[in-house]
Amino acid sequence: MKLALLADIHGNIHALEACLAHAQDSGAQQLAFLGDLVGYGADPAAVVQRIMALAKTGALVLKGNHDEMAVRPPAEVRTIGDSTAQWTQAQLDESQLNFLDTLPLTIQLDRVLLVHASADAPELWRYVYDQHMAALSLEAASALPEVRYVFGGHVHMQSLYYRGTDGALMKFEPTPEVAVPVPRHRHWLATIGSVGQPRDGNPKAMYALFDTERATLTFHRVDYENHLAALAIRRAGLPDYFADRLELGR
Amino acid sequence: MKLMEPGTRLDGFVVGECIHSGGMAHIYRVQYAQGAPDPGFPMVMKVPRMTAGDGAENIVSFEVEHQIMQVLTGPHVPRFVAAGDLDRIPYLVMEYVQGQTLQHWLEGPELPDAPEVARLGIAVAYAVHSLHQQNAVHLDLKPANVLIRPDGRAVLLDFGLSCSAHYPDLLAEQLRKAVGSPAWIAPEQVVGVRGDPRSDIFAIGVMLYQLLTGELPFGEPQTAGGLRQRLWMDPPPPRKFKPWLPPWLQEVVLRCLEPEAARRYPSAAHLAFDLSNPQQVTVTARGNKTSGTGLKTHFRRWLKAAGMHYQPSPLPLRQIDEVPIVMVAVPHKDATDATLYSLRQAVARSLGTRPGARLACVTVISPGLTSTSSDEASETSVHRRYLTQLHQWAQPLNLPDHQTSCHVLESGDVAQALVNYARGNHVNVLVMGAATHGLKTQRLLTTVPIKVAMEAPCTVILVKQTLPFERLSTSI
Repeated sequence: MKLALLADIHGNIHALEACLAHAQDSGAQQLAFLGDLVGYGADPAAVVQRIMALAKTGALVLKGNHDEMAVRPPAEVRTIGDSTAQWTQAQLDESQLNFLDTLPLTIQLDRVLLVHASADAPELWRYVYDQHMAALSLEAASALPEVRYVFGGHVHMQSLYYRGTDGALMKFEPTPEVAVPVPRHRHWLATIGSVGQPRDGNPKAMYALFDTERATLTFHRVDYENHLAALAIRRAGLPDYFADRLELGR
Repeated sequence: MKLMEPGTRLDGFVVGECIHSGGMAHIYRVQYAQGAPDPGFPMVMKVPRMTAGDGAENIVSFEVEHQIMQVLTGPHVPRFVAAGDLDRIPYLVMEYVQGQTLQHWLEGPELPDAPEVARLGIAVAYAVHSLHQQNAVHLDLKPANVLIRPDGRAVLLDFGLSCSAHYPDLLAEQLRKAVGSPAWIAPEQVVGVRGDPRSDIFAIGVMLYQLLTGELPFGEPQTAGGLRQRLWMDPPPPRKFKPWLPPWLQEVVLRCLEPEAARRYPSAAHLAFDLSNPQQVTVTARGNKTSGTGLKTHFRRWLKAAGMHYQPSPLPLRQIDEVPIVMVAVPHKDATDATLYSLRQAVARSLGTRPGARLACVTVISPGLTSTSSDEASETSVHRRYLTQLHQWAQPLNLPDHQTSCHVLESGDVAQALVNYARGNHVNVLVMGAATHGLKTQRLLTTVPIKVAMEAPCTVILVKQTLPFERLSTSI
């Protein structure tokens, strides 16, 4: 089975549609959205509506910190992440907000654990950006019977963590479009990157495909009309910074 | 795993005789069970000896070899057929390649002579270059892992310790330890660097040294301290054992064995280039010496090596892309100063940002120019005349010696000669004049530049002539 993993869409309908089309062309049979459907981007309602429809036909959907924030915006804006929460909430109708509110924090699918941030305390939204944080998440997940793979988002980067010969966790930066063998007898953790707001200097959208039979994981980069997504942010009157970063991939 | 009896069936394969029983694995001939399509080549099955006592490293090497073999292509690696599940019976099925390993040359009654060692070296260097172009590094090259096909091409075997930039390095670890065979391992591998293509250049150097002298340059160290010696020590020069060996070949071998990776050949293609063009190798004191390096130098280097520690290395492909072989076709007649000047400018630009690049200046003369009966037109004196012309042309470029070489080719078909040269020497960029090489006479036929541009195996830059004072005189 080919499982498409999509995280951190952030209200970017242009990037989402491009990744969905790519996943379909690549033979994806199951979709999983790993949280942060909204926040930053100009089209939260369109994104949530699209994913609600996909959920009805079997797509798996997780909650991210920005989805939580859209449902319960912070009273005062302390971080750049908080700044679009109230605006986002105002764009969504009740059924959409209710959908976001009731999303789970983790889902287990056979050997795979899906989580937005870190599996050791999903509700704390910890960033898995290095070997140490990855080890905490992977150890917590491995306590669950059968789990061999942890797939998450949140950091907006594509990385794969595995154990070296001395047992310590190693970080690997994948080459896009190369199917990496991830055999079942090992434990693996991947941050699969961001569909709607890449931050590694390349503006192309990120997602990943996991082939459960062949045990391979392929990280993809997808071209999309990022200038349209940026234009939508400027037109909505959201901070220019969020539009600029889509154009630069920063 | 225990030895399998001939006739054993395994996942659709029928096991034949065991042709190799090594410390790490058994190798059997295999065929598909009846009914399966014939792959068109003979196959072998490699089954790791994995029992509870064998330790994890054996299993990891098997995983590494599986991971890398299934993506490597080309004539320098055995073709991959299938792999067994690690959870059940691990095995790899691959092409059985005919030939002899380099071990065969070492075990013969006599060691190969210098020209044959150079030929073997060229074959190995091209095989290794092909691997590096696929972004992989072998890291365990030794005579038993290099096979020479009957047609002379080399095939690399045993990728159990290799690493590829496209896949997680399963042998990596935080506390970096040396992984490899002690006699052939490069200094940087001793301190835990995995992934530098120049480590393979070092191992080729050790093998060439062995083929020339019958000795191992650094022996077979048994201790960590013994392994670290190569971080600062030069081996005794081959000419110490055999003073009659040509200095140019010693120069090449000792350059491969430099303790610092940056002082070795920057790519295997550069090494093959020198081995194919002995007369172009600049022989330094390194090539001529017949006694070992002095204590003082070794002590100085020992101090430096004491601080040597792990540093990550760049991607193999990126590293070798930065040291291209640039070839320029310089016309020897009917060329204006403007043409020659423009060619030089274009070459300077192509080399400009790549300090490790090497330049091959080539001119093609017609076979009618040389004669066996006249002294004045003898091959040597004619070639010398054109070589001097080439050197004069290249001089204003002001390049250090080792980067530049000049070559006179004899052929009636200029385009074909240039293309063959580019292909034979793995040239990355070919610079030539857009309107030289007989354009006037071939206006209606395919011109030489067009033919070269279409058939060359590399990037071709066609240069149009301009002189700076001509540009200055055009007022805008």
